[in-house]
Amino acid sequence: MTDHPHTTCEELLGSLSAYIDGDLDPQLCQELEKHLAECDNCRIVLNTTKRTIDLVQTPLEKPDLPEDVRERLFKRLNLDHYLTPKPK
Amino acid sequence: MDKTMPNDMSLEALIAGDRAEFARLVDEYSSPIYRLGLRMLGNPQDAEDVLQNTFLNALTHIQNFEGRSSLATWLYRIAVNEALMLIRKKKPEVNLEDVEAEDDTDDLRPTQIVDWSALPEEELLSEEGKKALDAAVAQLPESLRIVFLLRDVEGLSIKETAEALNLTETNVKTRLLRARMVLREQLSAYYSERLPARSEK
Ligand SMILES: [Zn+2]
Repeated sequence: MTDHPHTTCEELLGSLSAYIDGDLDPQLCQELEKHLAECDNCRIVLNTTKRTIDLVQTPLEKPDLPEDVRERLFKRLNLDHYLTPKPK
Repeated sequence: MDKTMPNDMSLEALIAGDRAEFARLVDEYSSPIYRLGLRMLGNPQDAEDVLQNTFLNALTHIQNFEGRSSLATWLYRIAVNEALMLIRKKKPEVNLEDVEAEDDTDDLRPTQIVDWSALPEEELLSEEGKKALDAAVAQLPESLRIVFLLRDVEGLSIKETAEALNLTETNVKTRLLRARMVLREQLSAYYSERLPARSEK
């Protein structure tokens, strides 16, 4: 494992997603962070990847179900009887 | 999303065919499933079809629900299958199983190296910015998009995503990395043009 202590940009790229998800084993994590401290490019890729994920998760991107769609769904399921105003 | 049952819903009642309980299930999950349909199919009519078919299917099969996965994951799996069926019908040329070589990250090498991550939120999520974001997601190949939507947009875990899609966790991780890198490239191309015209570093 310690044969190649220097993480390359290539290796970092392969582990980037797992790193962002906190899904990487601690030793690998440490090596990767060492590389990040010294490599501007990889740091930029990491920052912008994180930001990309943040952006798609903003609540703005999550519209609720339109009321008419909900009504048709309940009718299709023969649940008209339970079509009360949506609880909060 | 990781609990077996949401809130205080009763699985026993659902399996016994309790209509009121099923109506609550519909209200609990119809929004995320509709969103998923919208993102997968790209138009409200198809999204509504996916939504209706998902719950019709769920209503028919709820007695067979064995609780091996969470109810949410079970519903997502039905929804994903409905969405994929509709995509195959509409776009037979789409390849949903295109699993690229697992460890081949060659074509993922970043070409856009500009740090736009500190741009203000108003800039990133302006009307135009949101459109660029939507367009970038829409351009992902289906096989990557579905993984990305479940994991990063809807917030399922890697395990839940794998269960919903009938993929291995490794496969989900590979596709997720790909999806994220492709999106990052696209957004970088877009946002780097919005950076103030000055060059530090
Ligand atoms: Zn590097």
